[in-house]
Amino acid sequence: AKMAEVNESNKPLFAGLSDVSISEDIPVEGEITVPVGSPIQDDEYSTLDEPVKETIMRDLKAVGKKFVHVLYPKKSSALLRDWDLWGPLLLCVTLALMLQGGSADSKDDGGPQFAEVFVIIWFGSVIITLNSKLLGGTISFFQSLCVLGYCIMPLTVAMIVCRLVLLGNSGNIGFIVRFIVVFASFGWSTFASTAFLADSQPPNRKALVVYPVFLFYFVISWMILTFSPS
Amino acid sequence: KMSAPGGNKSTNSEAWGSFDDNLIQGGGSAVIDMENMDDTSGSSFEDMGEMHQRMKEEEEVTEEAAATEEGEDGEFLGMKGFRGQLGRQVADEVWQAGKRQASKAFNLYANIDILRPYFDVEPVQVRNRLIESLIPVRMINFPQKIAGELYGPLMLVFTLVAILLHGMKTSGTVIREGTLMGTAIGTCFGYWLGVASFIYFLAYLSNAQITMLQMLSLLGYGLFSHCLVLFITYNVHFHSLFYILWLVIGGLSTLRMVAALISRTVGQTPRLLLCGTLAALHMLFLLYLHFTYHKIVEGILDTLEGPNVPPIQRVARDLPAMSATLVNATVKSIGATLQSH
Repeated sequence: AKMAEVNESNKPLFAGLSDVSISEDIPVEGEITVPVGSPIQDDEYSTLDEPVKETIMRDLKAVGKKFVHVLYPKKSSALLRDWDLWGPLLLCVTLALMLQGGSADSKDDGGPQFAEVFVIIWFGSVIITLNSKLLGGTISFFQSLCVLGYCIMPLTVAMIVCRLVLLGNSGNIGFIVRFIVVFASFGWSTFASTAFLADSQPPNRKALVVYPVFLFYFVISWMILTFSPS
Repeated sequence: KMSAPGGNKSTNSEAWGSFDDNLIQGGGSAVIDMENMDDTSGSSFEDMGEMHQRMKEEEEVTEEAAATEEGEDGEFLGMKGFRGQLGRQVADEVWQAGKRQASKAFNLYANIDILRPYFDVEPVQVRNRLIESLIPVRMINFPQKIAGELYGPLMLVFTLVAILLHGMKTSGTVIREGTLMGTAIGTCFGYWLGVASFIYFLAYLSNAQITMLQMLSLLGYGLFSHCLVLFITYNVHFHSLFYILWLVIGGLSTLRMVAALISRTVGQTPRLLLCGTLAALHMLFLLYLHFTYHKIVEGILDTLEGPNVPPIQRVARDLPAMSATLVNATVKSIGATLQSH
């Protein structure tokens, strides 16, 4: 009886084999179907035999499209529907590398280390996501990570601008310019991520979800603003 | 319920004959495994109990766990055949460990559901509780209501982390063997969780009616004053301003916590013990945070060497009459406690 059970429960495993042989002393129960023909979906063409360049370009194009969505947040669900973490990784590494730049040679100035920025961004988004789940949000874990990661983009742009400004003018005027740029991109980031995330939250609790997002981008933008290459 | 490796074997059973039978006997799923064990070692009550428990556990484990299980079973097929009892025991142990981890990973989402009731708040409620955390209630005969909620405390702790980071950056704090972020998070969470459990322990000893959840919530909302005071004084550098804010805002939130604790404790000595400890710790923590991570304004370098220096190294900065202040603080907080009786 044990053997029979074993065989029965294994049925799906050899569904693809056409010449299944079963010894005679094992009683076979239940129905065994051997599907003829392979169930390959033909609507998505195979990406195995295309050039690597094409694959990369397609993925980059998808990432680029999502960048546009962040820059022009109009409550589109593209960022939520097919999420990916390539864009967030790219942005996060870029930001961390640029924040790292100044303090690589001197050990004592307490500038943000690469790992620190990296950890802040990822752990921060994980915490925000968990918080939104706890408050009863209906968004999935990685969707939220994706949105939060992509919405760092205005801040990364601000970082590039800041470095350019610091090259030219590091006096008071430079600071004012940097402050305005960082503040604007901070607002932009918060606004964009709220636009994407707010729909998945219960309407009476939006403020509670937005607060950690606000804090998260505030810390990052503050790090960008206080960055100075030594 | 049977795993993949055994299944493949049984399809080939004609070709491999008796050898294969052995393998089927030795390996496969946990159920068959246990049957074998009973055959060889004789079924004792212990075995039966264990088997029952294992079968029950197996029902709980999800597909993820099943995946790990399959891989491991395949690995142990040979081992069990060769080494018999010992091998089986080791395999069982490893299997158990693997299953525990898999179910732990799965339980992450389950845990979220467990925590969800503590995050069931409205924005208005959070705002009211923040305001109430600065208003001491003079009602000590009847137990005060303490909301058991974790959203506000958690967000306040994160806010405090951000403020501390700001303070560390502007003060040029250098921490070797660690990052500013890690130190800030460690300090804040360490204080929140550590002090809450310590006070809870004391409360348990002195028979106070308070749960751990309420303690965490009470202390967490108490950190609102710290956030306020530190946010102001890290940006506005007047020592007198800090002392005023420290006494007024810090004192108010401390009084509020002390009043809530007193109302839930019976007897003079337990009250004194609980509230004295809490008040001293709460006020001193604010002092510590302010002076440890404060910007150098006056340039007087006066390092405090004493019990309050944490194991981290940092640059020296102004600490005017620190030790005297500490003593004062202790005396004052104890005095406040005595008065509130």
